[in-house]
Amino acid sequence: MAFAQNPRAEERMFYLLVALGGLVTAAGLGAALYMEHAGHVVTGMNNQIVWGLPHVFAIFLIVAASGVLNVASIGSVFGKAVYKPRAPLSGLLALTMLAGGLAVIMLDLGRADRLIVAMTHFNPTSVFGWNVILYPGFFAIVGLYLWTLMDRAMNPYAKPAGIAAFLWRLILTTGTGSIFGFLVARQAYQSAVIAPMFIILSFCWGLAVFLIVQKVMYAWNGLELDMRIRNRLKNLLGVFVAAAAYFVAVYHLTNLYFAKEMAFERFILLEGGLFPFLFWGGYVFLGTLLPLILLYVPAISRVRGSAFLASLLVILGAFAFLYVFIIGGQVFPLDLFPGYEVTSSFMDGKIDSYAPRWPEILLAVSGLGMTFLFVTIGVRIFKFLPQDDLAKLEGSGALHD
Amino acid sequence: MTGSQEKSRRTFLAATVAGFGAVALAPGLHLIALSHAGAPRAAGEPASSKVRWGMLIDTTKCASGCDACVKACNTENGINETVADARQGSQWIRKIDLKDQKTGRTHSLPMLCQHCEHPPCVDVCPTGASMKRADGIVLVDRHICIGCRYCMMACPFKARSLVHQPLTEQNPEVPRGVGCVESCTFCVHRVDKGQQPACVEACPEGAMVFGDLNDPKSAISLRLAQEASTQVRADLKLNQGVRYQGI
Amino acid sequence: MTARLCVLLAALMGTVLAPTSVGAGAPKPNIRIENPGQCIAPAEEMRRNHMEMLKHTRDRTLRLGIRGEKASLNGCIECHASKTTGSVLGPGGFCQECHAYAAVKLDCWDCHQPKASLKTTGMAGVKP
Ligand code: HEC
Ligand code: HEC
Ligand code: HEC
Repeated sequence: MAFAQNPRAEERMFYLLVALGGLVTAAGLGAALYMEHAGHVVTGMNNQIVWGLPHVFAIFLIVAASGVLNVASIGSVFGKAVYKPRAPLSGLLALTMLAGGLAVIMLDLGRADRLIVAMTHFNPTSVFGWNVILYPGFFAIVGLYLWTLMDRAMNPYAKPAGIAAFLWRLILTTGTGSIFGFLVARQAYQSAVIAPMFIILSFCWGLAVFLIVQKVMYAWNGLELDMRIRNRLKNLLGVFVAAAAYFVAVYHLTNLYFAKEMAFERFILLEGGLFPFLFWGGYVFLGTLLPLILLYVPAISRVRGSAFLASLLVILGAFAFLYVFIIGGQVFPLDLFPGYEVTSSFMDGKIDSYAPRWPEILLAVSGLGMTFLFVTIGVRIFKFLPQDDLAKLEGSGALHD
Repeated sequence: MTGSQEKSRRTFLAATVAGFGAVALAPGLHLIALSHAGAPRAAGEPASSKVRWGMLIDTTKCASGCDACVKACNTENGINETVADARQGSQWIRKIDLKDQKTGRTHSLPMLCQHCEHPPCVDVCPTGASMKRADGIVLVDRHICIGCRYCMMACPFKARSLVHQPLTEQNPEVPRGVGCVESCTFCVHRVDKGQQPACVEACPEGAMVFGDLNDPKSAISLRLAQEASTQVRADLKLNQGVRYQGI
Repeated sequence: MTARLCVLLAALMGTVLAPTSVGAGAPKPNIRIENPGQCIAPAEEMRRNHMEMLKHTRDRTLRLGIRGEKASLNGCIECHASKTTGSVLGPGGFCQECHAYAAVKLDCWDCHQPKASLKTTGMAGVKP
């Protein structure tokens, strides 16, 4: 892309992208309005598959939102010079992804018209309730942090603000993970590993999103990221991908050996049709092994674009993982009467299936659309392009350790 | 009104059947006490924590294929909407058939909101709409329910339903509507008037006993003191108000 | 989809135009009291405070289990339902007539039956 020489084409492209994001967003809003009007009958969700595709997308966005902030934290909190110029973009992505994810969750509510009730009534024992504090808090703190980064006069406060944002995001992801961890009755979710697992997954997905956006922005501006910086980032992604895989393995192993959820694990990992396929093919192969090869096999990882491709695959794997985790966990019947074969008019003892319908698909995808729209506009209005002062980095030795 | 006449005729019939059943079963004589859960609470008086409403279901009397309780519940609570996909319809009470995997022995039982002492739905509800009344009845305050369905995810018994479509034919005493989560209320509107839940009254076998678990002299407490009973998923330590006998 | 869009546009237009129509002196709501007797409070107070009363009752009845409240919603409906339609909604409906005039939209009727019933919640006090 040679937009640098052709500002008119660049401008046209920008408006095209805004229109695209706007269209996807509008379609989602329309779908939400329709769902609000007709009720959830028009979706594929039901009283067995309580949470569906909108939740898969929303939880991806929310988890990745807190993870993408990591790039900034590494710069401000751990003082790594390479990451510092990336902090503003990381903050912007965190805010926009969280906004997109939350919008989807809110629009999927049975009574989206009662948003005000959600804000004014608070149940301290509910993990969801905590999130009502955690999410606006995240907006405020990251917003403040962005300010300290982008306003020279505020720069001295960047470090404390960065630390606050870092701690807050850890709590936030713990909160998101705990939404599931607290569901004691469900085979898929009643595990203490879930909260830490989500934290690592968030590191992984967040960095992948960051790398993709950064790559596109550089290409847009006709730039190339310095190979040494790129290698650092890609190695970090590799570490996160491997660590996440470790936690996912621990989660399934504890389910097998401690919680004795054999039947459930057999379903998810072996016999459940779509779910084992998505888990092994989507998450394990495409989302974990392939990226690790792309990132670590020297001959491949040196090729430009390999890290970008790896990031895309990680995100594909993320969706596969969340689909298996959220939908698979509900498709499998609750075990109310251990030792009995169970039948009823309401899927007891039966494995269910989920077929999303267009309103919820449009709503789910519009989360990405909203994020895309905000980011596209944001990076054009403000200076979010990470700009590396290579001479200085080299001088300080930040590129060699 | 023919509707209400029909209704009271049916109620009377059911009561008669229940009465005869009780007389026929000598040991079950105290079932007669069943036709009144207690005195109606006086106007202006709140539900009291001195009472804990509970239900005992004798699965040995519950016939597979009989859904009188489900029908009675639907009639009483105005659950009359048609849904193309049954999974999108409300099920306040459903019949479950069990077969012991080892011995092949079969049971049938109704599953409904278990009215836990420590209800997970109440813990997880972000707005406090899921609530437990002082007398142990677990309800959804649908005035502040936002339809997030977290309680449905948390309920171990799948006892909750989201209303998936707009409704118009509600029973005036049982408001229910689109976008909110609902579940068995133990027929709170009847209980407050001193009546039995509709399912209990309708059961042709008298397999369900409703009453005050805190009152040692209530029919249900007497039965629980004499006979072995269990709670479903007792491992979760939720101390449900609904107990089962015979499984 | 188009129908809904029209509704949306109409609603938007309605919101914009509502103040003008009031300014132009729209007809006063045609409130008909069809049942003889007295309201639970003086009419002036009812006009001003019925929403607070209902919200108060709603929480007391549902959350605390207090029955036989003076300002019961089913009580209002029993007394105020039209003799012809049996409802407090619809054209000329007691609650609707006034709210349409005041541009108030209630979600109560998503759940609460607007027709006077064959049965009542009231245990004491509120029967007409
Ligand atoms: C989503 C369903 C729903 C909506 C919407 C709803 N309610 Fe209710 N309401 C209920 C339920 C359920 C009860 C409990 C009935 C009972 O136990 O007798 C109730 C009870 C009440 C009661 C006490 C019973 C009575 O008849 O007095 C009042 C008052 C009340 N609601 C007022 C309102 C008002 C005013 C609105 C609109 C602003 C409203 N409700 C909207 C479901 C709803
Ligand atoms: C016992 C029957 C009865 C009940 C119950 C009742 N009303 Fe009324 N209401 C009346 C009558 C009769 C009038 C006319 C009285 C008058 O004009 O002084 C009236 C007048 C009113 C008015 C004033 C109308 C005007 O002229 O502007 C309002 C508002 C009102 N009622 C609302 C309610 C609401 C809300 C409830 C339930 C909380 C309720 N009423 C319950 C009988 C009743
Ligand atoms: C005399 C006119 C009048 C009549 C009759 C009337 N209302 Fe209202 N009502 C109003 C007005 C005006 C408001 C708005 C008050 C405000 O916005 O502060 C209102 C508001 C309400 C609200 C609160 C709405 C909200 O969103 O907070 C409820 C609930 C309500 N009315 C219930 C009823 C019911 C039920 C009836 C029929 C029994 C009724 N009203 C009849 C004038 C009326």
